[in-house]
Amino acid sequence: MLLPLQQLFVTRLVITPMTIDKDTIPRIARLARLEIAPERQSALSEELASILSWVEQLNALDTSAVEPLASVTGHDLPLRDDIVTDGNDPDAVLSNAPEKTSNFFVVPKVVE
Amino acid sequence: MSDLLSLTAVAARSALDKKECSASELTAAYLKAIEDTADNNAYVAVTAEKAMDMAKASDTRLAKGEGGALEGIPVGVKDMFCTKGVETTASSQILKGFVPTYESTVTSHLWADGAVMLGKLNCDEFAMGSANETSVFGPVTNPWTAASGDLKGKALTPGGSSGGSAAAMAARSCLLAPGTDTGGSIRQPAAFCGMVGLKPTYGRCSRRGIVAFASSLDQAGPITRDVADCALMMTSMAGHDAGDSTSIDAPMPDLMAALSTGVKGMRIGIPDQYTLEGMNQEIVALWEKGRAWLEDAGASCVPVSLPHTQYALPAYYIVAPAEASSNLARYDGVRYGQRVEGATLDDMYAKTRGAGFGDEVKRRILIGTYVLSAGYYDAYYIKAQQVRRLIQQDFLTVFEQVDALLTPSTPTAAFPLGEKMDAVSMFLNDVFTVPANLAGIPAISVPSGLSSDGLPLGLQLIAPALREDTLIRGAAVIEKAAGFDYVATGAAS
Repeated sequence: MLLPLQQLFVTRLVITPMTIDKDTIPRIARLARLEIAPERQSALSEELASILSWVEQLNALDTSAVEPLASVTGHDLPLRDDIVTDGNDPDAVLSNAPEKTSNFFVVPKVVE
Repeated sequence: MSDLLSLTAVAARSALDKKECSASELTAAYLKAIEDTADNNAYVAVTAEKAMDMAKASDTRLAKGEGGALEGIPVGVKDMFCTKGVETTASSQILKGFVPTYESTVTSHLWADGAVMLGKLNCDEFAMGSANETSVFGPVTNPWTAASGDLKGKALTPGGSSGGSAAAMAARSCLLAPGTDTGGSIRQPAAFCGMVGLKPTYGRCSRRGIVAFASSLDQAGPITRDVADCALMMTSMAGHDAGDSTSIDAPMPDLMAALSTGVKGMRIGIPDQYTLEGMNQEIVALWEKGRAWLEDAGASCVPVSLPHTQYALPAYYIVAPAEASSNLARYDGVRYGQRVEGATLDDMYAKTRGAGFGDEVKRRILIGTYVLSAGYYDAYYIKAQQVRRLIQQDFLTVFEQVDALLTPSTPTAAFPLGEKMDAVSMFLNDVFTVPANLAGIPAISVPSGLSSDGLPLGLQLIAPALREDTLIRGAAVIEKAAGFDYVATGAAS
């Protein structure tokens, strides 16, 4: 059974099937430093393909002469005075650290 | 006073001034309401002791005649706002145990005006969702239930992402609720729960101290019981903040005055493209009523065209995940949040993020990473930004002819929790709300009627940038004409 929302949009969702190869999810998961369980990869691959197919409809628009919009406010990024307004509070900065030692965050060894 | 919970914020504030009740009594009544309605899972933390302390301080200020605009008013805070000394999780496993050392600017404004914090409210994980089902704390139940039809007897979603906030408002377990809206996360849950929800102009409310989702779209705004409370709360929340580089330094129009201005002579556009094929006839009929109400009050309604509307959702679902994947890179298990140990630094990152994020957040990080990755950046991300420009241009053009736009808030009323829906179908909830986020312009949802099953439906007004006063003028007229005075079956009493 279709849900009301799906019924509503079924006529609008003309999706051209798109496939993405099996290496794509591991590749972007690696870029995002995101561990994905192997058994989830094929489902995610299908989900990603369906979303990418759906956004393909943007290609119906010719945007070759359109300036990309990154900020709606249109104002320049304001600069503040180059003075110290905050700081010297390592306890607050470190208060949520999973691991810390003498005013430092601790991470696994990165240099042999 | 016998029924403190039935007072709006404006009425409660007046009752406090007249000494008809104390802030402590009001807060105690709401803390009891939270206990009585705990089954809806709206609250993820109740700060009862802090609330009573703040209420006592309010009583002291009121006794001296120094009460602020929101003095003694009990507020429930969406868990996307950092609250100093109170755990803030964005309803995500990865932020469990995170206790901010600072307060968000928006909530600081509320406390500075005398409001009382009751606790933190459930939401979709990192505000990514439209049904409040992606929260690590589990879903929230809408206090409204269908009186008849297929939905009768089913637990319904309050909408999302501000689902806990809208549900708590409808359950009368808080009197005001700040929400955040990236693609409809204030307006859609407000509509599903019979509340007023306003997303202001981008930059009106500081984003400092709000957990970031998609920074070019995120805006905080009020969820309230009526339009007057919305005007009151919006005024408190807004304001320039040097701590947010996108904050606007422009005075807010007098929203309390706008409540009684009316719409005589106002021109309202009815966008052709918001009529969808196969649309729910009840929604169409309500939209038509809204138009008649505004015309009866002296506005003229004209059809207008926003030709790129259909491209708003797909553009949004490129821009928002792209920004999210970048923003959420900060959750690395080093500075805050949870960590899962790994053999190497990269291994620790991947394990921490794999365990800490839920499925919907992972999906959006992957989409965002994909559209920003080498070889795809221009085809997806730049393309979406170009389409975003066209959508903004549509609004700029149409606002040369009209003062505001009238549309439905959502394509349906609240739907059942736990329905299997694919990602794209879930995205379609936001079809009427997303364009205002892309264009950075203000929009309000007003409860305007009930479906034949007895569920709330909302109408949306959209205005040009910085014209929140236009929204309040129109919303006040719709509210009066609609006479929406229904209370959810799951409300505390």
